[in-house]
Amino acid sequence: MSANMVYDFLAGPFADFPFMRRALVACFALALGSAPIGVVLMLRRMSLFSEAMSHAILPGAAIGFLIAGFSLPAISIGGIVAGLVVALAAGAATRATDQREDASLAAFYLIALALGVTLISTRGSAVDVLHLLFGSILAVDRPALLLVGSIASLSLLIMAAIYRPLLVEGFDPDFLRSVRGQGAIYHFIFLGLVVVNLMAAFQALGSLMAVGLMMLPAAAARYWTRSLVSAMALAALLAALSGYCGLLLSFYADIPSGPAIVLAAGTAYLISLAIGRQGLILHWHRRHLEA
Amino acid sequence: MNSLAGTMASLAGEIRLRNLTVSYNRHPAVHHVSGRFAPGSLTAIVGPNGAGKSSLLKAIVGLLPAADGAIERDHLQPADIAYLPQQANIDRAYPISVLELALLGHWRRSGAFGGVGRKGIAAARTALQAVGLEGFEDRPIASLSVGQLQRAMFARVLVQDAKVILLDEPFNALDARTIADLLGLLQRWHGERRTVIAVLHDFDLVRRHFPQALYLARRLIAWGRAETVLTAENQLAARRMAESWDEQAAICHTDTHTHTGHAA
Repeated sequence: MSANMVYDFLAGPFADFPFMRRALVACFALALGSAPIGVVLMLRRMSLFSEAMSHAILPGAAIGFLIAGFSLPAISIGGIVAGLVVALAAGAATRATDQREDASLAAFYLIALALGVTLISTRGSAVDVLHLLFGSILAVDRPALLLVGSIASLSLLIMAAIYRPLLVEGFDPDFLRSVRGQGAIYHFIFLGLVVVNLMAAFQALGSLMAVGLMMLPAAAARYWTRSLVSAMALAALLAALSGYCGLLLSFYADIPSGPAIVLAAGTAYLISLAIGRQGLILHWHRRHLEA
Repeated sequence: MNSLAGTMASLAGEIRLRNLTVSYNRHPAVHHVSGRFAPGSLTAIVGPNGAGKSSLLKAIVGLLPAADGAIERDHLQPADIAYLPQQANIDRAYPISVLELALLGHWRRSGAFGGVGRKGIAAARTALQAVGLEGFEDRPIASLSVGQLQRAMFARVLVQDAKVILLDEPFNALDARTIADLLGLLQRWHGERRTVIAVLHDFDLVRRHFPQALYLARRLIAWGRAETVLTAENQLAARRMAESWDEQAAICHTDTHTHTGHAA
């Protein structure tokens, strides 16, 4: 195999097709924006929260779709509103009733998911349902790319700004409250960021897979480093790499982009689980220290 | 070591409880308690499980609202009160270093966004020396033993440099040596005329080291000099308090008579 063929295989699809380039840039933006959020979600034991949220945005997106068809602003605004409503409703249900948050989240997101699929089925075709559930790289047009890029930039800035109070709120909430640290505000800003980033991922990855680029690279990165900052950088890198490999897979194997990208990220996760510095193989072979 | 005692707490201000009731879902956790913590006093709060000791501390910090009655804090700003929660509420898996934990004590001055500066870092290092954690600065807290973590939490309180210090079961699950060292810090704070209030279970320890005691069983059993509070009669009175709360409890109308305590 000559160098030329390798180049054609690895870069050809992106050189030849504008929609592949746009999808790739969108994946890079998603990686930068949502990977750090994923690391914090893991740290705060909220991995399943993001999963629930990604389904919760579906009925809103569906309503947007019913009103305006495959219109980016309509679907995005609908999705973000629905996501925020479910996040707040689940939080309020937990606070008001002594239920644990995971139970109310599971209830709300199942209702939301079922409602979303029902809504789309009333008007759309089976193909529309597939697109909304599993994503379509063809959906990533110029406005979508701008949206994803803006969300990623904004997320990075806001995460940098709320980094300290957000982490302390997770570590010792009573202390933060005792020094009037306003932890709840930062928590809600963070929840908002989660929803907005899932909405960005929704375009390329679909409702069922949107959380993939957020959580899998973050989970993989934690097998390599204990430091949060390096985990965030590594997670972003792995997410970008997964986006690239997933798009190639999607292109050559002719499968939906969402599952392809998430499979790539899943591979990165499994490799990290096996050979990472805190992974399985080293865990089995580690000798104890002298002191 | 003395650089931390920068602001002497000689005018700490009194904390008065006026017929205070604190409740969870309308059931009182602290019921009609009145009395005062004198400036510079060292008080132990004792009582059975579920007696409302932690709730009382949280109410004094301002984390729980008074359902009835009031807490008066003369001349005390929120920044003047340092609070050490129970260890159970802390996520020990967090990737935060011992020095970073101590640095959190500067929160009142640095806030969520401000820097701490070289002097602040020096103060945190001094505090870590004072609690016997020199050389542990860069260790992640996940690697600490329970006792070492509590020492680090005390370092954070030292850095806070507050006039009033509230400690919720600070000696739980600690070995004798750690307790002795941390008690030394309490004595030092007492000597610096800070008001120190600690929730404790060990009566012997309270008798030996605490001039004042407050016996709580939701209602106030006794409040005053430790040897007059920790008596067999009071223990019996506390035991009579029902441990579980009554789901069918009627609405409380006892506001006409209040339970008063005194602290010298």
